[in-house]
Amino acid sequence: MGIILEVDQVYKHFGGVKANENVSLNVEEGSIVGLIGPNGSGKTTLFNSIVGTHPIDQGSIYFEGKEISSLPIPAVAKLGLLRTFQQTRIYEKLNCIQNMLVSSKPENDTVFNIFAKVPHNLTEKSENLLKFVGLYQKRNLRAGDLSFGQQKLLELAMALINEPKMLLLDEPTAGINPTLINGIIDRLIKVNKEFGITLLVIEHNMRVIMSLAQKIFCLAHGQLLAEGSPEQIKNDHRVIDAYLGVQ
Amino acid sequence: MSKKNIIIYSLILVFGLSAPFLFPAYKLQISILWVLTILALTWDIQGGQMGYNSFGNILFFGVGMYVCSSVQIGMFFPLSEWTASGGEKTFLHTTSQYFQGFTYGLIFAGIVPAIVAALIGYGILGLRGHYFAICTLGIGIAAGEIAGGIELIGAGQGMTVPPWPKGIGGTELRSQFFYYLCFLTVCVTFFVIRLIYQTRFGLVINAIRDNEDKAEAMGIHTMRYKIIGWVVSAFFLGIAGGLMGNMIGYIEPTEIAFAGSTYGVFMVLMAILGGKGTLWGPVIGAAVFHVFKEGFWTFFLGWQYVALGALIIVIVIFFPEGILGWFREKYPENFGEVVDEVDRTAQVELT
Amino acid sequence: MDFLIFKAPILMVQASMDGILLGVLFALVAYGMALQWGVMNIINIAQGELVIMGGYIAYFMYTAGIPPAFGVIVSPIIMYFIGWSLYKTIINRVVERDMFISILATFGISILTQQLMNFVFGADVVVAQSNFGTTMLFDYSVTLPNAKIFSALVSIVFAVALVLYMKKSKLGRAIRATSQNQRAAKILGVDTEKVYAATFGINAALCGVAGSLIAITFTLHPYIGLPYTVRSFMIVIIAGLGNLPAVALSGIGLGVFEEFADYILGTEFRIAAVFLLLVVILVYRRFKLSRKREYLK
Ligand SMILES: Nc1ncnc2c1ncn2[C@@H]1O[C@H](COP(=O)(O)OP(=O)(O)OP(=O)(O)O)[C@@H](O)[C@H]1O
Ligand SMILES: [Mg+2]
Repeated sequence: MGIILEVDQVYKHFGGVKANENVSLNVEEGSIVGLIGPNGSGKTTLFNSIVGTHPIDQGSIYFEGKEISSLPIPAVAKLGLLRTFQQTRIYEKLNCIQNMLVSSKPENDTVFNIFAKVPHNLTEKSENLLKFVGLYQKRNLRAGDLSFGQQKLLELAMALINEPKMLLLDEPTAGINPTLINGIIDRLIKVNKEFGITLLVIEHNMRVIMSLAQKIFCLAHGQLLAEGSPEQIKNDHRVIDAYLGVQ
Repeated sequence: MSKKNIIIYSLILVFGLSAPFLFPAYKLQISILWVLTILALTWDIQGGQMGYNSFGNILFFGVGMYVCSSVQIGMFFPLSEWTASGGEKTFLHTTSQYFQGFTYGLIFAGIVPAIVAALIGYGILGLRGHYFAICTLGIGIAAGEIAGGIELIGAGQGMTVPPWPKGIGGTELRSQFFYYLCFLTVCVTFFVIRLIYQTRFGLVINAIRDNEDKAEAMGIHTMRYKIIGWVVSAFFLGIAGGLMGNMIGYIEPTEIAFAGSTYGVFMVLMAILGGKGTLWGPVIGAAVFHVFKEGFWTFFLGWQYVALGALIIVIVIFFPEGILGWFREKYPENFGEVVDEVDRTAQVELT
Repeated sequence: MDFLIFKAPILMVQASMDGILLGVLFALVAYGMALQWGVMNIINIAQGELVIMGGYIAYFMYTAGIPPAFGVIVSPIIMYFIGWSLYKTIINRVVERDMFISILATFGISILTQQLMNFVFGADVVVAQSNFGTTMLFDYSVTLPNAKIFSALVSIVFAVALVLYMKKSKLGRAIRATSQNQRAAKILGVDTEKVYAATFGINAALCGVAGSLIAITFTLHPYIGLPYTVRSFMIVIIAGLGNLPAVALSGIGLGVFEEFADYILGTEFRIAAVFLLLVVILVYRRFKLSRKREYLK
């Protein structure tokens, strides 16, 4: 299996804040990789840098060998690299099914496709994916009426219907009821194994990330602090210090 | 189509077709109602469905109006001489020239504004929120000011359009002709818009309204949808402009063609009054507004604009969801969406 | 089109001087808009109408035999109360809602007041003669009415006074606190309702000053408010909220631009030039920001 995502010496500063400083990491195709770090360590910024939410100051990013750091946002998504948001983003006045339908990937936004009817089998597919994330009962509710945790699940389903090759998940279990967390872990492993989607997951919940990821990267103050298997990370002093706030 | 819909459509169709005979005195008024309905419907593509509140869609109406009559005249006579001399006194369209010119005029009245929308769309539709609103306001006004400075189209004085040809029935036939043309245009506009709202386009522009950043992050080239939406609006607005100019018989830059303070405001107001972001809202809004305006306008004796200003304020403060929105809230069984209590309280289950 | 201005460079001096004096006035109105936008997050489309209304107050004094220059004192006082009442009746209902609602509501106010002014003062173009005389420069080739110089000086005085008031007074500090963080100010006990009403009143008073100066230096007409709104809007988006020197500079820049446009394109295209400049500035900013994948917020 090759490298699907390569982040190469990426810098991103906001004024004086060094949000990403010389960050390099690789993600292997088909794997689940974790990204951890204390609050404000630049994890979300790194996601933004990867998918092109903002231009990076320096460095390069390769997705399947193709340099993507100067591509516009929709173009990156079209290549099959999607992300979800830490603060959920859904279409609040549309119902869940419509949220799903609009997220499915059309072949291309040509005039012909734009004015094509939404295919029937897509509704069925949407319903199945909503079942998959446990939201089937809520399919006719407006997405804006869902709770934060439910919106997180909806966002995951929306990403899945787009059939990406790789998904960047920003804290998928934040705001989710603890009794559901095992369910989520199970779903994410299914997404990885059965749908064949590579995952890069930001997570604060150590139990989740340790049981999910094969490899973990740890950021602190915008810089890559450590990388390794969950076992290595768990026992790495620098990581423990960073979390405890020791310099 | 549901049974309820079939009844509604047939009623409107019967009314539309028979109105000139039932209310012969109001033929022109009802023709104008159809034009206003087009304005409200097309405004709502941006303002209601896409969340881009435009104050400048009047641009396309005015361009369509000028293009239509310029083509009508220019096909047969030198345009500059026509405008310089109040042309209909010197030049005469034969019957076939008239209808030929009018046909081409209307076609170009649709196409040219659509092209304009496509050309300026990329720049303008990159603005969001109130910046978009104010920028379009500027465009609408600038267009009127510029048209008022161009001699070829009569500058501030305006220009006349070719008069109805003599010898094929007088004003009665003319008003009927324009009536049915307006009715046909509004029907086509309505059904085209209804159709495209049911496609992916409709879903995506709603998504843009709710969260454009998310739509882009999901791989949608939102700009394309925004431009195409504007082009559709511009096309029908242009045709409406061409029709309106011919119906009035005279074109003038700031009061008729680029009439920001009347039609430009009306279209926004009608859509909001009826309920923006819905298919029927703009139609209802146009009807209510027009009846109100024609019914009471004369009672206001010069206070019309005070009334208009007050009406805008009252509507946006007390009825921002419009008539349809009010009905939806009040009678969700008939107009809104009913959500099953079981669905609402359902818990997420992952087993 | 004749390009006289390029053949007679002295006209450039004239245009620049006129533009600077005019621009200071624009800046004053824009400063009011920035204040009110920053504090209440409202774009007031009726800004221009407030200016014209202020002008008509000075004009009314003129017709009653009082020197119109006193309008500079009377007009802001009356306008403060008009602004305050507008807030209490209408603006308070739209202030924390969607910005489009406030744009439309103030648009309604704008249409309404235009027509009311038309009833009260008629649709003719009027001027209030100040009898201040003119200053000649460069061998009589550049003429500057003293009224314009007076108006620029008065604008500067009012702007400086306002800045000091904002820094020193209790209300001024409350206003500034609200503009920085509305919610925090509320929690710390600032009566935001009062702050909003005062802000809208102060903005209207500034418009009153500007209007009364316009009455003696330029012309008044019930329907020329909107260009003033657009000018202020333009100045604010260039200069940002709450940066007085930048507001002053942009105002002057706009004034000079207009005078040159007037000479080069002809007076009939002057307003078109203003509105087109607005479009150009916005679209330029949009493209510049989109390179950073951002947009105007
Ligand atoms: N658009 C922005 N403008 C200015 N500063 C920013 C911006 N985005 C992020 N930052 C700053 O960059 C730093 C990293 O933020 P980031 O959101 O990437 O952290 P994070 O690792 O995702 O934290 P958390 O775990 O709390 O989500 C922070 O100091 C933040 O304030
Ligand atoms: Mg984060």
